[in-house]
Amino acid sequence: MSTFLIRHAHIIDPANNIDAQGDLYIAHGKLQPFAEGMEAEYTLDATGLVAIPGLIDLYARLREPGQEKKATIASETLAALHGGITTLICSPDTDPVIDETATVELIHRRNDDAGFARVVPLAAMTQHLDGQQISELATLRDAGCVAASQADCALASVSTLRSIMEYAATFDIKLSMLAQDASLAGNGVMHEGLTSTRMGLVGVPVVAETVALSMILELAWQTGAAIHFSRITSARGLALIRDAKAQGLNITADTSINHLFLTDKNVTGFNSLCHTQPPLRSAEDRQALRDALSDGTLDAICTDHAPHDPDAKLAPFPASEPGISGLDTFLPLLLRLVDETPLSVSDVIRLASAGPAQLMGLDGGTLTPGAVADVVLLDPTDNFTCDPHAFRSKGHNSPYEGSPLKGVVKHAFVSGQHYPLSQVEG
Amino acid sequence: MINKPANIQLDEHGRLKHFLSIEGLSREIINQILDTAAGFAGVNDKAIKKVPLLRGKTVANLFFETSTRTRTTFELAAKRLSADVLNINMNTSSTSKGETLLDTLRNLEAMQCDMFVVRHQDSGAAHFIAENVAPHVNIINAGDGRHSHPTQAMLDMFTIRHFKGDFEKLRIAIVGDISHSRVARSQVHALSTLGAREIRLVSPKTLLPAEMASFGVEVFHDFDAALDGVDVIIMLRLQKERMRGALLPSADEYYARYGLTTERLALAADDAIVMHPGPTNRGVEIEGIVADGHRSVILQQVTFGIAVRMAVMSIAISATEQSSARSSHS
Repeated sequence: MSTFLIRHAHIIDPANNIDAQGDLYIAHGKLQPFAEGMEAEYTLDATGLVAIPGLIDLYARLREPGQEKKATIASETLAALHGGITTLICSPDTDPVIDETATVELIHRRNDDAGFARVVPLAAMTQHLDGQQISELATLRDAGCVAASQADCALASVSTLRSIMEYAATFDIKLSMLAQDASLAGNGVMHEGLTSTRMGLVGVPVVAETVALSMILELAWQTGAAIHFSRITSARGLALIRDAKAQGLNITADTSINHLFLTDKNVTGFNSLCHTQPPLRSAEDRQALRDALSDGTLDAICTDHAPHDPDAKLAPFPASEPGISGLDTFLPLLLRLVDETPLSVSDVIRLASAGPAQLMGLDGGTLTPGAVADVVLLDPTDNFTCDPHAFRSKGHNSPYEGSPLKGVVKHAFVSGQHYPLSQVEG
Repeated sequence: MINKPANIQLDEHGRLKHFLSIEGLSREIINQILDTAAGFAGVNDKAIKKVPLLRGKTVANLFFETSTRTRTTFELAAKRLSADVLNINMNTSSTSKGETLLDTLRNLEAMQCDMFVVRHQDSGAAHFIAENVAPHVNIINAGDGRHSHPTQAMLDMFTIRHFKGDFEKLRIAIVGDISHSRVARSQVHALSTLGAREIRLVSPKTLLPAEMASFGVEVFHDFDAALDGVDVIIMLRLQKERMRGALLPSADEYYARYGLTTERLALAADDAIVMHPGPTNRGVEIEGIVADGHRSVILQQVTFGIAVRMAVMSIAISATEQSSARSSHS
């Protein structure tokens, strides 16, 4: 494997509180201490570029195997690099679902063939995600699944959930959970509130999140299971998490990048591109989510990436499929948070690198010498207008079309493998 | 962060091109519809009930949900405007064979229809069709999910104006299953745009959608209290399936608290009128004797529905014709 020297970069490494000019040395797939005079096979002059640890996305749907018309591992791992992401944690709701080691192996093989970003699967909590029969969680963990998830599917009962949490706690397996009570969510398609009433769309009330959260938190106290709450959406949900953390419960939480920018009002006009699951909530909720990034209630930001074929959104709103294609725009939107909140660049990068790495126990998320060489070089001043048709993701379903964005990834390194992105065409 | 959608009901000159919802329409346009309908109401009383405004045009009724009254009055309205009418029962046609809504639409466009009257179970369906239809086609929403039923609201406004006159003097109560009602939503928008003095919504909390009070209405759970001084009582249909599960315990308990009986009617203003979009459930939301009584204008609503639908269709067609006339001159 080649040795690389990246010179004169503006290094932002939140895990080490570094925000300064510097050089990075990559050998044997890892970052190495650099001293003047060391030679490398390739030297890259990164003047004007920012070097950050490769981002880690906690929740992305890659659609392969099973729904390759929507996306493939090859298309989405390349899109991820353009969004600054070097590790994708993929949801288990593929077809077949990720409930057997054979499926994990298939995903790894496709990932090896494609290259680009690293894919780390989530195990399906239950077989076929049927909500009843627990999967072989320990075997799946040994095969490379970083945690277990029930995707957006319901569990049969609270006692099923309790058993899964006890079993997961036995083997120190993290559970990544969407806190949403299925019966309260019903057949809702957006946030229950003024806009859902106005549009006559069935709402998902905030209590669908908070009731589920309260239940999982109580079970976490009892079972000792390590819980990560995936895609928290509401102010009241955050309050529950804040309290539980203050009391010392072993939990972490993220929200999606979309919930930090969009609200239920964006659904106005039956905009199916803003049909998401979990739903976009009120402006007050969005503000609470932004505040929770600063005070430690939220540990990370994910893409909640959901690529679709065009037909999936070409239907009356309730019949359209939920989700936003979010890989290509992830880094530009994170940088936009810096403009719209008190967060610094270092803060937002931490929430998408060191934050997710720590809570999932993954290598990476840092530029510390000795760490895996996942590095992204970006030009933070490069402005462009969001054009979903130019996405590397096969899913062009993005409501951000026409938004002015900045921040373009020029190079990515995944385990020291160099991807010069300005030249790569998807 | 992302752009607000344009009001796709209006063309670039602010004229009504599609009739999708009352929300977003000015008082001027609503009054234009009511005034035009008043002209057509005369036509409907004549021996020869036809005007040639839609001669040579084809109107397709696309009903994805069954309806007798609405479909029939649309058909009559189109025929009295001299249009050719195509009735397509979408429940039994290609959409049930897996064809997408968009495919169905493209096929009907290819048959050179000029106007689609659409009823669909999904909120936003008419909106979706209007966004995706060829530019020369007008879309009239005949009811979409819980969202909107704008021609029903307009015929209700016509009826109120006919019997009661100035909206700014009127107290109006809308009673029953607000939550599942596209009619109630459209009525609230129409009444508030027309400046009604007071809009009272009456229902148990289980049948009331979230944050309804933000719509400039007063919410009542006590029907008797809500009737005080009311000039217009609009009863909503309560569907039988609402009795299953936990929304309501029984028809009897509902009727005892929210049914419009002769005794209750006496609590309203002396000359209050009783309206209902139909079909009525006698003994569930309204006493038979009230529905048939001299204060009831339920059948007049149906009659006025034809004139109102003629008005909406002719206004929409004329916007499209004026646009195409302009573009062929230039």
